[in-house]
Amino acid sequence: MDKLRLRFKKTGRAVYISHLDLMQTLQRGFFRAGYALKYSEGFNPHPLISIALPLSVGTASECELMDFRLKEDVDLAELPARLTAALPEGIEILEAYEFTRKAAELKWLRVRGVFEYDERDAASMCEALREFYARESIVITKKTKRGMGETDIRPAIREIVFSVEGRDVGLEAVISAQEPTLNPDLLPDALRQRQPEIAPDFAKFTRLETYDKEMELFR
Amino acid sequence: MDKRLERILPRVQKPARYTGGEYNQIIKDKTQVDLRLAFCFPDTYEIGMSNLGMSILYHTMNSLDFVWCERVFAPWGDMYEEMKKASLPLYALESGDALSEFDSLAFSIGYEMAYTTVLDMLDMAGIPLRSADRPNLLPLIWAGGTAAVNAEPMAPFLDLFVVGEGEEVDNEVLTLLREAKLGGWSKREFLVKAAQIQGVYVPSLYEVSYRGDGRIAAVTPKDGAPARVTKRIIQDLDAVPYPTKPIVPSTEVVHDRVSLELFRGCVRGCRFCQAGHVYRPIRAKKPETLIAQGIEALKNTGYQDITLLSLSTSDYRPLPQLCDGLLDYCEPRSIGLSLPSLRADNFSMELMEKLQKVRKSGLTFAVEGGSQRLRDAINKNVTEEDLLHTCQIAFAGGWNSVKLYYMLGLPTETDEDIVGIAEMANQVLHCWRTYAKNKNRGVKITISTSCFIPKPQSPFQWEAQISIEEYLRRVNLLRSSITAKNVTYNWHDAETSLVEAVLSKGDRRVADVIEEVWRRGGRLDAWSDYFSFERWMQAFASCGVDPAFYANTEIPLDAVLPWDHIDVGVRKAHLLHEREMAYASALSPDCRHQCAACGAAKLLKGGRCDG
Repeated sequence: MDKLRLRFKKTGRAVYISHLDLMQTLQRGFFRAGYALKYSEGFNPHPLISIALPLSVGTASECELMDFRLKEDVDLAELPARLTAALPEGIEILEAYEFTRKAAELKWLRVRGVFEYDERDAASMCEALREFYARESIVITKKTKRGMGETDIRPAIREIVFSVEGRDVGLEAVISAQEPTLNPDLLPDALRQRQPEIAPDFAKFTRLETYDKEMELFR
Repeated sequence: MDKRLERILPRVQKPARYTGGEYNQIIKDKTQVDLRLAFCFPDTYEIGMSNLGMSILYHTMNSLDFVWCERVFAPWGDMYEEMKKASLPLYALESGDALSEFDSLAFSIGYEMAYTTVLDMLDMAGIPLRSADRPNLLPLIWAGGTAAVNAEPMAPFLDLFVVGEGEEVDNEVLTLLREAKLGGWSKREFLVKAAQIQGVYVPSLYEVSYRGDGRIAAVTPKDGAPARVTKRIIQDLDAVPYPTKPIVPSTEVVHDRVSLELFRGCVRGCRFCQAGHVYRPIRAKKPETLIAQGIEALKNTGYQDITLLSLSTSDYRPLPQLCDGLLDYCEPRSIGLSLPSLRADNFSMELMEKLQKVRKSGLTFAVEGGSQRLRDAINKNVTEEDLLHTCQIAFAGGWNSVKLYYMLGLPTETDEDIVGIAEMANQVLHCWRTYAKNKNRGVKITISTSCFIPKPQSPFQWEAQISIEEYLRRVNLLRSSITAKNVTYNWHDAETSLVEAVLSKGDRRVADVIEEVWRRGGRLDAWSDYFSFERWMQAFASCGVDPAFYANTEIPLDAVLPWDHIDVGVRKAHLLHEREMAYASALSPDCRHQCAACGAAKLLKGGRCDG
């Protein structure tokens, strides 16, 4: 079976598994669950799997996508439960299906974030954050392939909403997944560079949903 | 997850090694167990998770339903700093709970350079380092592993050692500890009772007195403790549990594969080798058992590689049968089978050809000595013909790199033997020129030397190590003897070897030095990133301990050795005889040709030594 796609969650302790280690972990999971992945031909065969948007270490996700191929036909309806049982804590397969759209058509990601402030008041921070992100352009310095460069991250943010959550500030945003890719870690980084007095002491993110360029759900 | 930990993890290298949560980890309800045990490995996650002993004992100890055994490893430097800054105590991976919540810490100590890390882990757990400073029964701090064959340098820190193989005795200790905890025993009451279990060594029940010359006068047991602690062995390896559901790390570790242990012990009797003596008697597993366990473990882990473990793979009699059985399963599934520790003979080469998985790049030979005379003296039964013959087949078969390992400073070594190392490399080069299939790819011959370390419970236990200066002189002699440009020479530094010699052969007075090194910041000393020779020398000086007394001085044959009260099975008289044979440059036959009555077979009850 070719053109298969998994949608899965990576949460809890599993968020610290790096992209490469995750590929290895999923491969082993397939073996343990008794599914035979299809391999590439050639001198050094490797399983034909690919994960759509590598997730940075420490970020959780409820909407990861992985394309794979199997040597034999299997019942895709029972695959998620069987594979999840063969995976470490925190990785949960939501569905497995034959895909029709290429991962390149994925354009927007909905993310949830938490900004933690140890000593500062969440309500006033929340207000300042709204103002900051209401700007039309937010130029930051970041590492690029050619050394340090200036980038405007604002066009990569389609929407962003802040709210007070107890002592923290919560946010929900729709950001560009590719072309350009906006790593959500740049949201607090921008504050550290441009307005450090409202930069959080700690920030963490969860990917929630994937969309195409028309903001339709991408599967 | 602890808030402090959550903030630290994104900042450290490879955070997945600090989180737990791997596939096959064992989770129990902490309110339903009587004992919470922290199984500590005094090195990094990557090393500890590659250790088969750790994996075996994790599962055997967890097989007791009243115990929850969890893993603890030493954090790398960046994580260590972050934990200190955040005042985060050392925690166990499964539950994430601080070690202060545990009833006991059990350390697996496989090598001496891990000693400072043991102290560091105790400190990170907030536990006083010395047994005498821990008046209560709990937490009980104990250890096992190869280091137990001379436990003395660590004796003041640990409440109890287990000597030998842990599968049975560890559970006996835990059963007694549970009784003690539930019955409200004092620490002393427990230790006196524990000392009655075969294989248990309670250092505080032994009084050590010294002579004027610094040697030991006597080691006197108290409170009914046995005069000699006899090591424990497993009688029937086919019957002992083997972890067919080992934990699969979610991040890369050193040995990331299924390991099958073929046999324990060694028939060879190389005179410098501690492992070859302390793991006797020889007991093998049946190929049927191994094939079944291997397949089971592959299914349960999803690993694509399996390896065979033992001190000398070629000495496993049913090796062809085992390989055939495993290959039947592995080949159709593209699972790689690897065979380390093969001897340089024809059969091995055929086998390696058969296992197409072996990359045709490098062959490694532990030649150890540069002349036949010296190899006879150390009882290393490898001849130049063997080696060249194997190289011939290898070069003809497409291999193009050979590594030759030697030790410098072996007893009876002369300058001629050292020059002989360079000559042998030339012979290998000549062999390549004559037989290589494809000379365009060139050849790489690498010589590596390390400084010989005399080890307790081996025939060379009385020997002196050569000084650092003398080692460097020998290194330079070898360097100047190597002329061919295809031959590379690497030598290990002698500073680590000197410290290792002191720790290997030390007595209780060395404990102060270990503690002092730790106080001066020493930890993870097995890593060149962290080892500081200067720190060790300063600690020796401030404790008034002369390293040369332990490392560079021959011990009189009639002296009481610090480890004489630990009985590993092999008789002292046998070791002494082997030493005499060494000085006569005479070989001893291996166990299969003729039993040397080394004494280890006395540990077998009705079983048969497979020598």
